[in-house]
Amino acid sequence: MPNQMLLFVSCLGRIAVIMSVLLGGSSLACAESYIPWQVENHAIPAALGGLKGDPRRGRQIAIDRSKGNCLACHHLPVPEEEFHGTVGPPLEGVGLRLSAGQIRLRIVDEKQVNPMTIMPGFYRDPRYFDRVLDDYEGKTILTAQEVEDIVAYLLTLREVSE
Amino acid sequence: MNRLFLLLFIVANASAEQGFMPISGSEYLSEQVRDMQEDEFANPAMPTVDYGRSLFHKVNDEGHRCSGCHGENGNKLKLERIAAYPVYDREQERPITLQNQINICREERMDDFPYVYDCREMVGLETYMKFLARGQIIRVQTDGPMTPFYQAGKQLYHRRFGQMEMSCAHCHDQHRGAWLRGQVLNQGQSNGFPVYRLSTSRVTSLHRRFSECLFSFRAEPFLSGSDEYINLELFVNARGNGLSIETPAIRD
Repeated sequence: MPNQMLLFVSCLGRIAVIMSVLLGGSSLACAESYIPWQVENHAIPAALGGLKGDPRRGRQIAIDRSKGNCLACHHLPVPEEEFHGTVGPPLEGVGLRLSAGQIRLRIVDEKQVNPMTIMPGFYRDPRYFDRVLDDYEGKTILTAQEVEDIVAYLLTLREVSE
Repeated sequence: MNRLFLLLFIVANASAEQGFMPISGSEYLSEQVRDMQEDEFANPAMPTVDYGRSLFHKVNDEGHRCSGCHGENGNKLKLERIAAYPVYDREQERPITLQNQINICREERMDDFPYVYDCREMVGLETYMKFLARGQIIRVQTDGPMTPFYQAGKQLYHRRFGQMEMSCAHCHDQHRGAWLRGQVLNQGQSNGFPVYRLSTSRVTSLHRRFSECLFSFRAEPFLSGSDEYINLELFVNARGNGLSIETPAIRD
């Protein structure tokens, strides 16, 4: 009888593992391993993981409150969204002012530019976090692909509004 | 010339920080919301005050009630002392909050069980008592035996927490007055607590508010009534020394 119980429990365990792989496929993609980056001359010249960004996706991520949430603090040329923040500088024309590498450094870890900044490091080594909630343990705020998407989007902002 | 302006700007800012002027969160509200706060009929936190009032006068199983010592409608309460919390407790050799004091009363004078910190009854009593002390000037002790606790609270205030790696100081010192999406960042003053929060439609205690901020940093909050929060309350309340109590205030 105990053996049968054991078999039953181990079967349940296996089913649970299979279910979690099937259902949690997308969340597994989020928990990709952290790719270290190098600062050179106040910029990160190399794209994270050599990935290529898509500006259309980048715009969506910039708006998404659970992803970039850029509008919380910055003004962006996104007329369909209300109440753009004023904590950080407006980002109209940022593609003229900064290079891809400079933009990447500021998204990845603005504290490298200004140690006092309020801006979160969207691709910082997760080991540095203090009292991080369990759900975010070991995770960067954005994935490497999402960072590259936002870099690609911000590079398209080459007009300064009046 | 530009450099001169920059220098003046830096000097002006530095001196502004030194002579820190506390500004109540009410100053950042729209006129409409401020009127609602002042009006006892329109203020949505008044049911909590009434609930606290009923608890204050309720006789427990041992025949005790708060109003037995503190008078009908708290008319024997030292209102200026309510504005001085957290105060230093010589027996425990640490700062205690108003909620701590309520539990000391319950255990030592009322032969009753202590309440869980920030439970509905506690927040009701705290809101009622602070409401009685409306208009009292906040004077929290920060020197003498309070010094190490005050410094610990100050350190927490400046510590970066969670995945967002933000501190209290980032919003409430560096960027006060700026818009965080649809919300104006205020000084983070505690003189209106417990407050009615428009964004959650709930009466919220100070420790609960600390936790809500930490959650938004994606950080593990401390427990209500923990040493960390009491130290932080000490620092934050003292930072508002000179303001008057506005409980129950209305805030975003």
